[in-house]
Amino acid sequence: MSLDETIDALKRAFPDVGASEFRGQRRVVVPREAIHRVLRALKEQYGFDMLVDLTCVDYLDYPDATDRFGLVYLLANTETNERITVRTFVNDPQPSVPSVVGLWEAANWLEREVWDMFGIRFDGHPDLRRILLPEGFEAHPLRKDYPLSGRGERHNLPVIRRGEA
Amino acid sequence: MPLAPLPAAGDLAHDDPRQYVWTMNFGPQHPATHTTLRLVLKLDGERVVDAMPDIGYLHSGFEKLAEHLDYNQYVTVTDRMNYVSPMANNVAWHGAVEKLLGIEVPPRCRYLRVIVAELARISDHLLANGAMGLDTGAFTHFLYAFNPREWICDIFEALCGARFTNSYTRVGGLMHDASPAAIEMIRNFPRRLPRVFGDMERLLNRNRIFVDRTKGVGVLSREQAINRGCSGPVARASGVTRDVRRDDPYLAYADFDFDVCCAEAGDCFARYLVRMAEMRESAKIIAQAVENLPPGPVNVGVDQRAILPPKTRVFSTIEGLITHFELAMSNRGFTVPREEVYSAVEAPNGELGFYIVGDGTATAYRGRCRPPSFVHFALFPHLIRGHRLSDVVAVLGSLNVIAAELDR
Repeated sequence: MSLDETIDALKRAFPDVGASEFRGQRRVVVPREAIHRVLRALKEQYGFDMLVDLTCVDYLDYPDATDRFGLVYLLANTETNERITVRTFVNDPQPSVPSVVGLWEAANWLEREVWDMFGIRFDGHPDLRRILLPEGFEAHPLRKDYPLSGRGERHNLPVIRRGEA
Repeated sequence: MPLAPLPAAGDLAHDDPRQYVWTMNFGPQHPATHTTLRLVLKLDGERVVDAMPDIGYLHSGFEKLAEHLDYNQYVTVTDRMNYVSPMANNVAWHGAVEKLLGIEVPPRCRYLRVIVAELARISDHLLANGAMGLDTGAFTHFLYAFNPREWICDIFEALCGARFTNSYTRVGGLMHDASPAAIEMIRNFPRRLPRVFGDMERLLNRNRIFVDRTKGVGVLSREQAINRGCSGPVARASGVTRDVRRDDPYLAYADFDFDVCCAEAGDCFARYLVRMAEMRESAKIIAQAVENLPPGPVNVGVDQRAILPPKTRVFSTIEGLITHFELAMSNRGFTVPREEVYSAVEAPNGELGFYIVGDGTATAYRGRCRPPSFVHFALFPHLIRGHRLSDVVAVLGSLNVIAAELDR
């Protein structure tokens, strides 16, 4: 099944799915409610057996943006070498999506990184802890309202002296 | 917020009903981790019951910086991701930027980028295999592997003046064209390699200690490799025949004759063999590229308005002057579409991709890096379970986790 047929079939199965293309890269936009079903269908029916990357974009300052966060799933089919980008949007408060660790084990750390950096919850994730930042860190620094410098730096942290620790 | 490290989930060995299981901390400062990464191991005697990687010690906010540095400035940060092969990162970053901007670089630039990316691959694999030997007790092998890296650094110095953090690429071209002396160095380089590879292979391939410590250790099946998102030598050692250079030929890779090296065993020894074989293929590519190096400019023309024209053009033609002015003014610069693009290259460690969101300004709105080390290090608990404590270094060495790329 070629990528065109896959996208057509996907559109028939999920009427809310929108498709676009930029520089040869095929993308589909999926409503948040359907994201897990679409990803499951892509994996189990259309052979996209590899999750290449999972990332997030905070559209807070983006011109003409209507949603706050965009999640990006980059999938690959290891048989045909086709690639597809699946995007969905989530919003404040409590942005969350279903976890895809059950589909691709690769999502485990990638989802933890998105949680760490953007504060998006992945429902059903087996171990949703911070991954790069320390466990006690309070903000999600890749959000656009977090400054490049000044907050969360070392001099802002309380110092524990020898004997108090 | 306390500064003392919080107990991570794996630290709590006393929660384990098996009272004989004890916990050992490995890293973050340990010679065999090479860089700062920490493992919390649960041990039953010498057997590893479970491992919990704890990363982030080198996190430096590279992705946040990508939102504040412009497309040419950020290349200096990519040098510091996988610092064993910075050229490959440069090529990956500017490949993604040019895909976003819709720029086609000239053939000479494409060939030179292929050459530097393959030199970076050899340099990375030499270090990975050398360090794997070092970790399993073969110190001589490490020195044999490290020596040719010096030649590669010399070539990089001749190309761009920097040996280590190269920043050689620019949007729409390169920092400099290669000088005749540099081309001569590149031409001679593949001829010196077979002897090096022969020395390395004679030292390790049938070395009883090395083979015993790596064969059958850290086995990754093909299904798991795909499911866990592996790429590069780690995936190819498990029989996943994927290589971005062949599957989606970027730059000039379609012009060259090379093999995608694979193995089926999926253990540490297979990963070592795949890396050795890939270095030979890279040497083949370099030899083909330097013999067929096309003449002509390395940078795109002034009409593309992407790269500063040479000074003679700036001072003698109106187009050159206008281009220089447009690019140098802070409120002008490139025309960037409001679009998102993902572009990947086959970096030495695996698929290194950048997901760039352009918002029409000179800096990326978001510059996500898909680091192969991050995906591969997530494998570690899966690979080490059931093996011995001394196998930890063999598995770590075979994954070639670079902490700067892991944590960014």
